[in-house]
Amino acid sequence: MCRTCVAIAGADYCVIAADTRMSTGYSILTRDYSKIIQLADKSVMASSGFQADVRALQKVLAARHLIYQHQHNKQMSCPAMAQLLSNTLYYKRFFPYYAFNVLGGLDSEGKGCVFTYDAVGSYERVGYSAQGSGSTLITPFLDNQLKSPSPLLLPAKDAVTPLSESEAIDLVKTCFASATERDIYTGDKLEILVLNASGIRREYMELRKD
Amino acid sequence: MFRNQYDTDVTTWSPAGRLFQVEYAMEAVKQGSAAIGLRSKTHVVLACVNKASSELSSHQKKIFKVDDHIGVSIAGLTADGRVLSRYMRNECINYSYTYESPLPVGRLVVQLADKAQVCTQRSWKRPYGVGLLVGGLDESGAHLYYNCPSGNYFEYQAFAIGSRSQAAKTYLERKFEGFTESSRENLIKDALFALRETLQGEKLTSSTCTIAVVGVGEAFHILDQETVQSLINEFEIVGEEPPADEATVPDQGGVAEPGPADQGTPTDQGVTPMDV
Repeated sequence: MCRTCVAIAGADYCVIAADTRMSTGYSILTRDYSKIIQLADKSVMASSGFQADVRALQKVLAARHLIYQHQHNKQMSCPAMAQLLSNTLYYKRFFPYYAFNVLGGLDSEGKGCVFTYDAVGSYERVGYSAQGSGSTLITPFLDNQLKSPSPLLLPAKDAVTPLSESEAIDLVKTCFASATERDIYTGDKLEILVLNASGIRREYMELRKD
Repeated sequence: MFRNQYDTDVTTWSPAGRLFQVEYAMEAVKQGSAAIGLRSKTHVVLACVNKASSELSSHQKKIFKVDDHIGVSIAGLTADGRVLSRYMRNECINYSYTYESPLPVGRLVVQLADKAQVCTQRSWKRPYGVGLLVGGLDESGAHLYYNCPSGNYFEYQAFAIGSRSQAAKTYLERKFEGFTESSRENLIKDALFALRETLQGEKLTSSTCTIAVVGVGEAFHILDQETVQSLINEFEIVGEEPPADEATVPDQGGVAEPGPADQGTPTDQGVTPMDV
């Protein structure tokens, strides 16, 4: 399982981040491969796992989105895309896409939303998520820092973090910097996408290359 | 020509070597409201007349986006046109899924023509009753094709189909030599004038016509009503008589320059909810 992806939903923004290293076994194949794709106006997907399956999945979703646009004359909303992704994954229940996805974006009210998936399409809307090899290192840290949207809390609370956009971005950078230290598959460069009402913004941060 | 014993079946030849059902299908195209296409070296403009069956109803959609680089306008049985547009969209999506590049217009047109031909050689099918003006851009430049119900297709510099299209064709025949080097604005203007010819006296307003453009650096899109109305106003000021007198020297080079009125700010998308 390679690479790490993280997403955090805010009140009016969403941050999705993934490292850009592609590796196999103990070798690095490339240090600069983007795993994040913008599927629609307000939906961005980051996936870890087997990259050929990830790429195929991205293409299928992009084609389905085009068809949707032709039929409905508008872009797919993030929750609609979330359902489509789930259905697409389950369609191959008996020969799955080896892809561990995180879908982030803005819902129809403009609030940030993050959906997290397993390989066969089981999904849930959450306030934050991490997938990939570094997820085991990052998730406990996010549980601690982002208390309120944690799915572990009962009763279930609002699924977005009260943090501001810049605080969330800093948090993501901290997560990756730490994960890079211990996880061999995570590193090289961090790609961060921020979605908010004014559009999409990309940021990069260097990570350790070893 | 009509009502003879060889026209019941599309699979029956007449002694003169004609398939009457196919020819009747082409008649259906002539009955539809007009659609016009023109192309320059870098742009293709499609225009059509909006015919609503009554004051209470909306007009039918006659221009369809097939892909970012291809659009189609139809005349005839609009239902057939809708179905064929869906086919074309699927073909484009599948091609770019497999080859990661846009489907060349010429290929799409051949596939469409083959599909139409099938219906001329099956006893349980009927020919599509729609003519399609396919306009698009690919590596080899801008193209305009006309697809017939017969399964034939032709490439054109400019063409008009549908009712009263002869008037538009006459106008286009006069002007077509200048189209290759024409600018985007002049091309649209010529489309509007040609369209006006088919209206034969009826007023040309943005509610009676639809214009779509595709060009270098410009994805296929239908111009919104306000833009079209402002273009009509701009051009009609020049004069009512057919512009034989105009010194419309086409601008230098066919390089795409986005007209300031068109780009961005289509303020209210849902102004007339029944419009496309």
